[in-house]
Amino acid sequence: MTEKTKEFWRWKEYNWHDEAKDPKDVETISAGVDVGSVSSQAVILLDGELYAYSNMRTGSDSPNSAINAMNWAMENTGLTMDDLHYTVGTGYGRVNVPFSDRAITEIACHARGGNTMYGPTVRTILDMGGQDCKVILCDERGKVKNFLMNDKCAAGTGRGMEVFADLLAVSIEEVGELSLDVEEEPPPVSSTCVVFAKSEASSLLRDGWSKKRVLAAYCSAMAHRVVSLLERVGVEKDFAITGGIAKNSGVVVRLERELKLTSLKSKYDTQIAGALGAALFAKALVEKQRKKVAQ
Amino acid sequence: MALYKTEPLKCWPKAKELRLKYYKDYQEARSKGGLRWTGGAWSFDAIPAGLGRDVYNVTGEPYGASLAFDKKLSMECMEATEAKGWARDLCSYMRNYWGSMYLGKYAFGGEYPEPDFCFQDHICCSHAKWYQHVAEYKRIPYFCIDVSVGPYKDVDENRLMFVVNQMHESIEWLEKTTGRKYQDELLIEAVENELRSTSTWAEICYLNMNKPAPLDEKTMYSLYVHGTLAKHNKEIADFYEELRDEVKYRVENHIAAVPNERCRLMSDTQPPWGFLKVFRYLEQFGAVSIGSLYTFGLIGIWEDKPDGTWGPRTTPMQKGETITTRDQALRVLADWNLSKPEWQHFYDPNLKTKMMLQIVKQWELDGVMLHLNRGCEGLSCGIMENRHGIAEAGVPVMTFEGNMGDEREFDEKRVMTRIDSFMETLELDIMDESAAKASS
Repeated sequence: MTEKTKEFWRWKEYNWHDEAKDPKDVETISAGVDVGSVSSQAVILLDGELYAYSNMRTGSDSPNSAINAMNWAMENTGLTMDDLHYTVGTGYGRVNVPFSDRAITEIACHARGGNTMYGPTVRTILDMGGQDCKVILCDERGKVKNFLMNDKCAAGTGRGMEVFADLLAVSIEEVGELSLDVEEEPPPVSSTCVVFAKSEASSLLRDGWSKKRVLAAYCSAMAHRVVSLLERVGVEKDFAITGGIAKNSGVVVRLERELKLTSLKSKYDTQIAGALGAALFAKALVEKQRKKVAQ
Repeated sequence: MALYKTEPLKCWPKAKELRLKYYKDYQEARSKGGLRWTGGAWSFDAIPAGLGRDVYNVTGEPYGASLAFDKKLSMECMEATEAKGWARDLCSYMRNYWGSMYLGKYAFGGEYPEPDFCFQDHICCSHAKWYQHVAEYKRIPYFCIDVSVGPYKDVDENRLMFVVNQMHESIEWLEKTTGRKYQDELLIEAVENELRSTSTWAEICYLNMNKPAPLDEKTMYSLYVHGTLAKHNKEIADFYEELRDEVKYRVENHIAAVPNERCRLMSDTQPPWGFLKVFRYLEQFGAVSIGSLYTFGLIGIWEDKPDGTWGPRTTPMQKGETITTRDQALRVLADWNLSKPEWQHFYDPNLKTKMMLQIVKQWELDGVMLHLNRGCEGLSCGIMENRHGIAEAGVPVMTFEGNMGDEREFDEKRVMTRIDSFMETLELDIMDESAAKASS
């Protein structure tokens, strides 16, 4: 692919499973699938322990995206859909997951998943997704206490970052690090609209700004916008970030700087929080169902 | 098995008939030798009533909402207004109304009936400009009363007289403009009707404190509207008394608006009129929106009672007072309207938060849904501060974005997702999955 035709926003898709675990030895296989506006994730748990997951771009067809994500998570595991005891769908496409037993909103799933990923001390979860941004306040069990979502606008979301990566011909995975490689922090670009921010960035490039400086200005604008959302709800410690933008150090560092707060780090992939939460709900629901049958 | 019994309101057909009659009367007024005027739902409509019994009005906000409900016509109106160069972020009722005027189309069939004059008051900036433009475009006379004298708690004799003096001037202006002789007895009658209708509406909302709630907010929207059309009208005042009696009957017989009521909510500001199904969606969770400061206090007049509760304001007639002169009628009218709950937060959002928390407490609510209404600057201003105050008080609160009159700014799926999340935080599941699927 040449530089002109390369799509810089295309982040790498991947799957993973724990080869040390054997799905045949377990009582419960629960699964969660998070069909987001930009990416889809599937997570499989064996007795509540993370076993496999996938992360891929959502296509134009939500049911197929869900099926593809789950099939990819099951790749080389010997599992089929029939082996899943209970599946919960979440994300904006949750009602279109053909193999799910139940749909639960991504707010509840991120809180539940975040609780496992970051531990029971987490009280504020910022999910920076593809097309929206949510602040979730939760308790020690990962139950949602309060939440707030961004306005109907793509500024401060993953899709906005993808648009910028394409504009500046910088791979999306490199945006964060490059944005931090500036001598002096530039003023943020417009934070009200991706389209306006993009045209502002074009003007800055014409004025001779380096790509790194423009990226710094955009990451800074994104962080600033998200901080204003966080301040509306009030950040309670501990604080954690989930979603694709959590992988962008350029936004995370600036966010932490503005908040004067360090976010918790996790061994888990930040993008699977919703699907993980869904799979945890699935485990609880199948166990509840079994108890009911036993009675 | 439903928790409570339910049945349709008996006076529902009458409510519908009255509303249609109102728009027809206005349409036909001129052909019968009468007068037509236009202004906002908050205008002092009792004052032009002194010009005669053949004087009819159309208030802009409910008319704009009626247009919004007809999505096709509303879109035509919006586009006509935008084609004239007006910005998309102006009041969406106003844009609908202006579009109807530019296109010459009446929402209730036929041509846009041209008014003879505009009569308005000024608390909301859009409101004053709205009819100024109508007057300029249609080359008709316009009178506006400035009521921005501060919150009711600060109203003193000077502030009251600032409004009353303008009311006196408006009567002179009406006589001069129309060539008609003003009749004080008709003014007094209209003022008494207004006191009666607005206090009775508050009484109806007060009855919704009962469990199960006899009315739900979606139904209330079709009932409060009469007060926004012609609160001075005897038929409306009489209708509200009939409705109040029926609501009392429902309370006594435990007739619920939502048969599975297990969660009580309130909303805020005008709803997205093209998407009232939001309220039906709530019902699947056993949640009922019992009203809002908007439905209670846009037209209803309330007061703090000696025991610290909030209740319908006692009318001078109920206190045994008699209105006998023009000046007395105007003083009563000014004082009464300046205490309108929905006028208070134009000065300070904390006053609104306080009233909302009073409703939460007194009506025993489980949560609040705030509509971040891009279509109404006046009622949305300060709404995030209200959210903050409500959340700080420990009351679950959600926000959703939309527009009362411009469906282009309402994302149905996104709003439903937020509602689902809010219901989850309140630990409410859909009670009837099959009904949910059928309506989604």
